[in-house]
Amino acid sequence: MQLDNLYQEVILDHYKHPQNKKLSPVFDAQVHHVNPSCGDEIDLNLTINDGVISNISWDGVGCSISQASVSILTELLIGKKIADAYSILDQFVALMQSKGAVPGDEYVLEDAIALAGVSKYPARIKCALLGWMAFKDASVQAQAKSKLD
Amino acid sequence: MTFDPLVIRKDFPIFDRKIRDGKRLVYLDSGATSQKPSVVIDAESNFYRNHNAAAHRGAHQLAEEATEALESARSVVADFLGGATDEIVFTKHSTEALNLLAYSIGDSPAGNVFHLKAGDEVVVSEMEHHANLIPWQQLAKRTGAVLKWFEVTPDGRLDLSDIESVITSRTKIVALTHQSNVLGTINPLAELVKRTHDVGAIFILDACQSVPHMPVSVAALDIDFLVFSGHKSVGPTGVGVLWGRASLLAELPPFLFGGSMIENVTMLDATWAPAPRKFEPGVPNMAQIVGLGVALNYLTKIGMQEIHNHENTITKYAISKLREIEKLKIIGPTDMKLRGGAVSFTLGEIHPHDLGQFLDNSGIAVRTGHHCAWPLTRKMGVAATTRASFYLYNTLEDIDDLADGVRDAQKYFA
Repeated sequence: MQLDNLYQEVILDHYKHPQNKKLSPVFDAQVHHVNPSCGDEIDLNLTINDGVISNISWDGVGCSISQASVSILTELLIGKKIADAYSILDQFVALMQSKGAVPGDEYVLEDAIALAGVSKYPARIKCALLGWMAFKDASVQAQAKSKLD
Repeated sequence: MTFDPLVIRKDFPIFDRKIRDGKRLVYLDSGATSQKPSVVIDAESNFYRNHNAAAHRGAHQLAEEATEALESARSVVADFLGGATDEIVFTKHSTEALNLLAYSIGDSPAGNVFHLKAGDEVVVSEMEHHANLIPWQQLAKRTGAVLKWFEVTPDGRLDLSDIESVITSRTKIVALTHQSNVLGTINPLAELVKRTHDVGAIFILDACQSVPHMPVSVAALDIDFLVFSGHKSVGPTGVGVLWGRASLLAELPPFLFGGSMIENVTMLDATWAPAPRKFEPGVPNMAQIVGLGVALNYLTKIGMQEIHNHENTITKYAISKLREIEKLKIIGPTDMKLRGGAVSFTLGEIHPHDLGQFLDNSGIAVRTGHHCAWPLTRKMGVAATTRASFYLYNTLEDIDDLADGVRDAQKYFA
């Protein structure tokens, strides 16, 4: 079924068993993002230590794509240097905007490659990017804060 | 002529196409926009092919024909609503019509019947579409007026138990929807209009979800203004309608300024043409207006009461089929006396976006999300809903496909 390209097993697994879906009480930055077209919401807490992402935790409501995408993001980015995380973020955004023309680098994107099918459904790209944009926002705030400290 | 949706579907060319690799189109999103019959598509095209010129301008035959086509459409709309021709203002959409009212009212000087001052009250409800909420919310902010609203009961009706404390002697404007685009609720207007007039206020009706689906007479409703949109009424996009009582339109200041809305202009001042012209600056969306006239004639020929009866049959069947599905919860009244043909529901843990995507894979088009009524979905305690909305071309088979699709989705996401 065509739909199986969108709803890969990995996505449904993350949706049913979301990772790091419990807001940590300790964080450098906390953001709240919404998808105004559908009402999906996410809170995301981020901690960065010496340029390395030490923790990402989140809570939210949304469709399987948005929930799985942020769950995958946390597993992929925790432990990465912030510069490497940005490189992964850029590749993920490019994959989402590719309309299916780019296969994506599985070595870099790992489980996030399962979201490649989303790029063929324009209305769902915002769902997949909700958590990633929240992460980007939080990382900018966390780094600005560490400069002040 | 007996009403047969299968015959009606033949008038709508879009039903000839296939969806997602050869599936039959099950279009259950007419609340967002309706499909168009060939006569409407042809009317637009025919205007451009044969009569195109700037209406009300130009001293030539084409301009005459364009003007005649535009003004004939105005008469059709007036007859359709039971108003007078000069009471029909064409706008780009119903959203613009509501903004026209809000801005014109906000511009009314002291002494004008519409003048709003700090402490005056504007009344809406929690079930308004954003288009009939935000213009009033922002008008209140600009003028210092107080925004008040009717709450919605848990079963999706307007709570009128405190009508006398919501609509008071300080109320200047009451702007309410006729039928909720989310819940399908049809509001009891008689009581509301009477109370509004008793306190000397003006009643504005958002009829986007009612005018396309049932007989609506502005005279019988005794309202002051009404808006509806062409594209939800089997007409083209790009045309909305504002109807207003002639005496009120005469007093209402214009909203947009420019060509053809004037009586006289000097470098320092201008006076306005009589309504409706003073509200229609710029060359209008003529082909779309002409298309709307043809659309309303098409609906009239079929019969608005027949269309309403058909939608009631479909909606009743849909509610009974959907209620059989485990974990499915209808958001809104289930009593047919209180509602029209838009049915919103949730499906346990399955998010509406996922359900909508799954249904789309079977050729079934529904709307998902908060349906431009975010305060309402929050009030009903849901993040989002799935909405199926019906029209004259829907069949009982469409409903069977929807119910089957919902069950299949439950298995898929289990």
